[in-house]
Amino acid sequence: MADTPLPPQFAEWFARKGWEAHPHQLDMVARAADPATLLIAPTGGGKTLAGFLPSLIELADGTHEGLHTLYISPLKALAADISRNLRTPVEQMSLPVRIEDRTGDTSATQRKRQRADPPHILLTTPESLALLISYEDAPRIFAGLSRVVVDEIHALAESKRGDQLMLALSRLQALAPGLRRVGLSATVEDPPALASLLARHPDPCPVLMADPGPPPDIAMLTTAQAPPWAGGGGAYALPEVLAAVKAHRTTLIFHNTRAQAEIFFHALWLANDEALPIAIHHGSLAREQRQKVEAAMVAGDLRAIVCTGTLDLGIDWGDVDLIIQIGGPKNVKRLVQRIGRANHRYNAPSKALLVPANRFEVLECQAALDAAAAHDLDGEPRGPGPRDVLCQHILIRACAGPFAADDLYAEVTSCGAYAALPRADFEACLDFAATGGYALKAYDRWQKLMQREGLWGLRDPRAAQRIRMNIGTIQDSELLKVRLRGRGGKPLGEVEEAFAASLTEGDTFLIGGEIVQYVGLKELTVQVSRAASRAPKIAVFGGTKFAASTRLAQRILALLHGNWSTLPPGIQDWLALQRDTSRLPRGDRLLVESFPHDGRAHTCFYGFAGRNAQQTLGLLITRQMEELGLDPLGFVATDYATLIWGLEPVQDAAPLLAPEVLRDTLEGWLAQNAVMKRTFRASASIAGLIERNLPQSRKNGRQATFSSDILYDTLLKYDPDHLLMQITREEAMKGLVDFGRVEEMLARVAGRVDHLTLDRVTPMAAPLLLEVGKVPVAGAGRERLAAEEAAALMAKAGLAP
Amino acid sequence: MNAHAFTLAGTALHARPTGALWLPAQRLLCVSDLHLGKSERMARRGGSLLPPYETQATLERLEAEVSALAPKTVVCLGDSFDDLDAALSLPDEMRLRLQSMQAGRQWLWIEGNHDPGPVDLGGTHLGEHHAAGLTFRHIARPGCAPGEVSGHYHPKHRLPRAGTSRPAFLYDETRLILPAFGAYTGGLRAHTPALRALFATRAIAVLTGPQALAVPL
Repeated sequence: MADTPLPPQFAEWFARKGWEAHPHQLDMVARAADPATLLIAPTGGGKTLAGFLPSLIELADGTHEGLHTLYISPLKALAADISRNLRTPVEQMSLPVRIEDRTGDTSATQRKRQRADPPHILLTTPESLALLISYEDAPRIFAGLSRVVVDEIHALAESKRGDQLMLALSRLQALAPGLRRVGLSATVEDPPALASLLARHPDPCPVLMADPGPPPDIAMLTTAQAPPWAGGGGAYALPEVLAAVKAHRTTLIFHNTRAQAEIFFHALWLANDEALPIAIHHGSLAREQRQKVEAAMVAGDLRAIVCTGTLDLGIDWGDVDLIIQIGGPKNVKRLVQRIGRANHRYNAPSKALLVPANRFEVLECQAALDAAAAHDLDGEPRGPGPRDVLCQHILIRACAGPFAADDLYAEVTSCGAYAALPRADFEACLDFAATGGYALKAYDRWQKLMQREGLWGLRDPRAAQRIRMNIGTIQDSELLKVRLRGRGGKPLGEVEEAFAASLTEGDTFLIGGEIVQYVGLKELTVQVSRAASRAPKIAVFGGTKFAASTRLAQRILALLHGNWSTLPPGIQDWLALQRDTSRLPRGDRLLVESFPHDGRAHTCFYGFAGRNAQQTLGLLITRQMEELGLDPLGFVATDYATLIWGLEPVQDAAPLLAPEVLRDTLEGWLAQNAVMKRTFRASASIAGLIERNLPQSRKNGRQATFSSDILYDTLLKYDPDHLLMQITREEAMKGLVDFGRVEEMLARVAGRVDHLTLDRVTPMAAPLLLEVGKVPVAGAGRERLAAEEAAALMAKAGLAP
Repeated sequence: MNAHAFTLAGTALHARPTGALWLPAQRLLCVSDLHLGKSERMARRGGSLLPPYETQATLERLEAEVSALAPKTVVCLGDSFDDLDAALSLPDEMRLRLQSMQAGRQWLWIEGNHDPGPVDLGGTHLGEHHAAGLTFRHIARPGCAPGEVSGHYHPKHRLPRAGTSRPAFLYDETRLILPAFGAYTGGLRAHTPALRALFATRAIAVLTGPQALAVPL
């Protein structure tokens, strides 16, 4: 103990607890003065304490006035959880340290008090921090700030929330120049890249690696029944899942989408004849519901939680000893991070079971098992900092008071992601925030930001309220609250507006594990009543669908031509049948199959490029088919293939896949498609063009609001080079459009297209026919059918067309 | 472009795919809720700085209808401007375009709830207009005599196979409500009680878009 950097008070506390400080915890204390440090440690490795030890040591003498350490986590629940856990050492060592959390759930009174009299340690989220720095008194609040701890930084770095956070840190660094940064992360594929995101550019940021612990124990769940051909529910595995739950203390059952989690939970509950305490947790549930589940879990009252990615992060759930992943893991890194959640005791292997939801996912699960065993993590390199987030940051900065463009540019380029931002791009974002940035200079009199005596500021200070109401980068597509009918009806959760719009009175659906019946829409709330039926009529509402990573897709292709012996016999038969009736897809060739089915011509493209890219491929090919008069009607895309159907058969697929033709089609098509419009909506609301939230008084009827599609169409026609259109194209190319992976696939197959014409559905294409999420093609074929439908409806009503 | 032909109070009408109404015998073109100057008004009130092109976009569509049909009379059915200040701050170019459309024909501005006063842009300002056995007013009046043509509600309707909802004409034997013609206008679902209650059980919605699609409401 002689060379420990721990002060006696802390060394004694560890000794009293019978603990020995982990080497990485001591390392963090030794490096406390470094400007930036990234710690990579498995869950259960005392990572959070490692992050906080230096703060507690610095605060121990009680001389620090005001805020000392800011802790940022991606989840509100995590902030609350850490606040509880951190109080233990503080109380046991009688440290004069005040700890509080501040999230969207904190009361207004409490938040006001925190601004006037900040605690020593404040636990918050990126969004709440962005709001804090928008206040005029931010310089006073953050004056004494010494350390910032970013927890689960690997998760934040995957989205724009990370960019927003780093911009906020650049602001904090300007207010508190001595600020030191610490990042806490799970295993990632490229630690130095994450470190450079965290540190103030160009500060160095050493990476500390904690002992990763023993390798996890992962296997595919053996089931009596073979997985179905299509779908994502995993219901066939219910008996074995239930048996596994019974055999373990606490199990987390992960699903890829909220809808799947709901359906599975409902089925599990019906099969749960021993009435084991099982709960559900996902992002669409009402806050009260989620908190109840979290509390029950912490208290050790639950045997299983059916959940989605909202539980991915390191909330200390205590005694989880089994992770079950239902559905293909899509991404090996996320799988490994998820599995790290099981068995929080350091140095005990985590245990996980994979449950493929359909036959194709058996291949995916096997490929993921191989990759995890080989420590072959996947990850796409991060691009430069997104400009829509910068636009929002400029508005936030303006709320806090006047600023000089030079100063803000210097702050922004101190973020790793924005270090290479050209001044001209910064000016374009500033111009957008100030004037709208239109080619037609229409708002001279009504600019949002104005330059006065060389400093930029809000023209109308009242705008600050509206800007603050719209802070954040999370794109929850228009969500509507679901409540039980009646005064003060119990809130059940949220559904997407598009889903709500598809409901008619009497429809039943699942939410929070309950079957409810749609009653009506009342002031943006979906009113429901409890339904007695055992099966919901409609069970689908949105939720994130991840694309399988490039690495995983490559591993699956390799597996198709490799050793099948690890695969279940049913899968081997299926692959053999595909090989004998058609061919097996290969990485260096593109297999295309055409066959008639149900009176329509079908063509299937096995690109293995991931869901988004396969979707783009579907849109590009149907567009060409439209021009060729093949009257395509729709398509469906999975991670591995795109199936298109239409009125006329495709004779030769190769010309449809010529890279230059696809690229040209993309240019013309990008302009006019729903994916672009969705991307535009996201970027426009982040950049502040679309206000998601308005002050109550301005909400006057729905006919006053109009779709962002109209704004997109208008810009496309009159100002196609507008900043937001540039951002939209850029975002779509890497995001939903993912043309990068289409290009990668085209390069991989280099024109080697095998187009087979068959007389019936092939074994590999059959599951696609059962997929949900079919995309209709808005073209001549569709307009023809719509006219027919209208005429039929008129005739049925006895009216002349 | 195929319009939907029907009659209201004995007068032959065409619901055009653009959202404009055409009376062939009278050579009368009627459009509703242009909301010109909407983006300017929002910016003035401290809201978003929306793309300032909606006036141009709306006038271009109106010009296309005027040059295709060469109407004798054009009736703008109210809420032609997002507010009276928006009318005053109409850019000169837009003012000229409006004036050249007005040349050689009768132009009627019906008063709306957004633009309740006269504007200095040529044409005649009226509370209501009576022609061809029809009454043109901005907001439908419950219990009116058959033959009422109005706007205000921005109706939209959805046909499952045609995808998303589209601005729509709604009519029965008594009245017709036009969709909004302006570029930056949202829509009110045809089944919203306040709107649906204005119509008899048997009513028709005519969806605008690539073609006019009539369906029972």
